[in-house]
Amino acid sequence: MNETQNSNAKWAAEVKRNISRLHYWVCAWVISIGLLAIGPKLLWNLNTTMTIVVGLANLAIGVGMIMANMQFVKGQDEMQQKIFLEAAALTLGVIVVFGGSYQLWGSAALITFEPQVWHLLCVMGLTFMIAMSAVTRKYR
Amino acid sequence: MKNRLKVLRAERNWTQAQLAAELAVSRQTINAIEREKFDPSLSLAFKLSRLFDLPVHDIFEDDNPNNR
Repeated sequence: MNETQNSNAKWAAEVKRNISRLHYWVCAWVISIGLLAIGPKLLWNLNTTMTIVVGLANLAIGVGMIMANMQFVKGQDEMQQKIFLEAAALTLGVIVVFGGSYQLWGSAALITFEPQVWHLLCVMGLTFMIAMSAVTRKYR
Repeated sequence: MKNRLKVLRAERNWTQAQLAAELAVSRQTINAIEREKFDPSLSLAFKLSRLFDLPVHDIFEDDNPNNR
């Protein structure tokens, strides 16, 4: 059994590295989104150059986060990838169905508040977490 | 798909974690295969075959009677 232990230890280490890399990228992205949300009015007094710089940085960090997420998923084993795929498919379906009608609820005055993009992000995040938990339980 | 993974592993006194480490998969994946909730890919099936030194059809069995 010892022959393959080195490469398998490498796999386990790679998984850990991918998780911490994704963690750092997500943290950086959340900070950059927060900065972009409150910065223009509270920190740099609507300075357009600063807003553009922070906006571009936010996009660049977003791309980094996407790449880190892809690397994380590719580094998972086949069952973990399947769990991720099923949860992502469910989330995509919910977002298409919910997002498609949500805007119409606003224009049809079915809801009293204005539909916002971050509402969709919240629904997406919650759906993905619930889906991951449910699908993981299915394979337990 | 039915399999004899649990028996083969027990015969060798390996834990799920040890087998998982050998195959570079998570312990949960080994557990799901043993409980027949997850069918491994061909590549993982061949890894198991090499590890147990048995042909794939001695480890896995198609549970669809029409395919026998």
